[in-house]
Amino acid sequence: MARVESEVGKPQTGLIRWIDERFPLLETLRYHATEYYASKNFNIWYVFGVLSLVVLVIQLVTGIFLTMNYKPSSDEAFASVEYIMRDVDWGWLIRYMHSTGASFFFIVVYLHMFRGMLYGSYKKPRELLWIIGMLIFLVLMAEAFAGYLLPWGQMSYWGAQVIISLFGAIPFVGDALVEYIKGDYSISDITLNRFFALHVVLLPLALIGLVFVHIVALHHVGSSNPDGIEIKNFKGSDGIPVDGVSFHPYHTSKDLVAIIVFLMVFSGVVFFAPDMGGYFLEHANFEPANTMATPEHIAPVWYFTPFYAILRAVPDKLWGAILMGGAVFIPLFLPWLDRSRVRSIRYRGWIYRTSLGLFVVSFFALGWLGLQPAEGVYVTLARIFSVIYFAFFLLMPYFTSIDKTRPVPERVVYHV
Amino acid sequence: MTDDVDRNRRHFLTVATAVTGGVGIALAAIPFLASLKPSARAQALGAPVEVPLGSLDPGEMVRVIWRGRLVFVLRRSQAMLAQLERTAPGLLRDPNSEEADQQPEFAVNTHRSLQPEYLVVEGTCTHLGCAPIPEFQVGPAPDWQGGFFCPCHGSRFDLAGRVYKGVPAPTNLRVPPYRFIQDDVIMIGSESGAA
Repeated sequence: MARVESEVGKPQTGLIRWIDERFPLLETLRYHATEYYASKNFNIWYVFGVLSLVVLVIQLVTGIFLTMNYKPSSDEAFASVEYIMRDVDWGWLIRYMHSTGASFFFIVVYLHMFRGMLYGSYKKPRELLWIIGMLIFLVLMAEAFAGYLLPWGQMSYWGAQVIISLFGAIPFVGDALVEYIKGDYSISDITLNRFFALHVVLLPLALIGLVFVHIVALHHVGSSNPDGIEIKNFKGSDGIPVDGVSFHPYHTSKDLVAIIVFLMVFSGVVFFAPDMGGYFLEHANFEPANTMATPEHIAPVWYFTPFYAILRAVPDKLWGAILMGGAVFIPLFLPWLDRSRVRSIRYRGWIYRTSLGLFVVSFFALGWLGLQPAEGVYVTLARIFSVIYFAFFLLMPYFTSIDKTRPVPERVVYHV
Repeated sequence: MTDDVDRNRRHFLTVATAVTGGVGIALAAIPFLASLKPSARAQALGAPVEVPLGSLDPGEMVRVIWRGRLVFVLRRSQAMLAQLERTAPGLLRDPNSEEADQQPEFAVNTHRSLQPEYLVVEGTCTHLGCAPIPEFQVGPAPDWQGGFFCPCHGSRFDLAGRVYKGVPAPTNLRVPPYRFIQDDVIMIGSESGAA
């Protein structure tokens, strides 16, 4: 394949040279873009990492502009959000981009994580890359949770009440810890103020730092691919993997197409269905927080419902909290739970394929059940799917070691 | 030159520096972590509140806020006290209020209150903190003698705030400390002495 001789490769003069003598500009660009080689057979599953970055930028930019008009006080918060929606020029657009961005963040991150499970991206030597990614996911959950309190609506208040109360299940220190998190005897102005600080300063800083480390780790070990083959094993005489193409301009131009399609879908939701029928913005949250009355039906936003369903499936407060936390953390151990000799689902046997299918079904089912009232048949179903969810991870060392795998080719399979 | 290096001394100095620095960082963290505790103002706002009972008719309930938390003050009618009598202890998880953290000493009795007529309980479900809804009438469920129902996860409590078995809430509704400062005025948040 002909390689494009880019500007970066040429000897430089003038300003670029002046900078390069003082800062590793071209070296960095080469290492991370023009001479970073990733497999040429990436499919659609490989765009969600880039899309996560796009959503991160959307959230940071819209978030900064929201901060300029939002008031983190229990007396003013709800009204200031309404003020942004009604009186600030284009405020409604910035706010809806931010609220829609939260849901899309989880959509692309869940798909990005599922890509890892499809193609075994977490397997050696990418275990640490996976762990950093899981930490990003945990920080993202905390960020979304803290952000959801800020509009100070009914669901903000009671959702926070339920989730903070989970810490009360911890023996001995639980009640004191709950009071410490709230900074008051109840969720109050003080709680709102500190959640604001976490949401706009601490957690975004942590997120940006972890994303940076995630990319550094990725570029050190190299991207995986749908065949689960190390492209570094077949290098040409120029020392470049024969199945790799440089990230820039090849992958960037392809990613641009994905970004445009993504922004079309994103805009569609922002402009035509910003509350997504109550799934992205819950209807109860259009009422200001009322300490005296819990809404009749309380459920978290959709991206937390699979874990919330597990919490409610357990008829014990402490074990409910433990299993909910366990469900969030357990994918962290995938690199060691998966004993298969092959990475990609393309070369795995029927056992893994069936198990992964059951896992996906249980994840969606739990997500739906978390939105239903916790009674009768819903609880029974939530228990069944919780067992499947955990069985997928806990039985994985067994079923991946007995599963019949097919031979993996030496070079990537390139479907034109 | 390298032969002159006293490795033990160097090791000691490294460890000593690290430990001193670590202690310094730990001590410096205390003000920051302590600043997250309920502030003096939050504690002051958590002072006891007075609730006049004179205007309460039998069977009527008021909601008051103490420390930002919801507190139910219910004047139980004779019929309600009879309903409470009929609640089968076998259906309750802690009928005798043995869980010590859930009420002051004075409320360890069937009606869980100072005076049988007045119930004072926190309106915070002991499962995950939602506000239970009053459902004082008997039935329609066969065992229901009236009480409180939590809409979030379906926990049920009787007319003394005692939790039913088979619901997610682990304990009875909490009785806050309170006392009568006059015949018809209670003070919530203070059990004895000056408020």
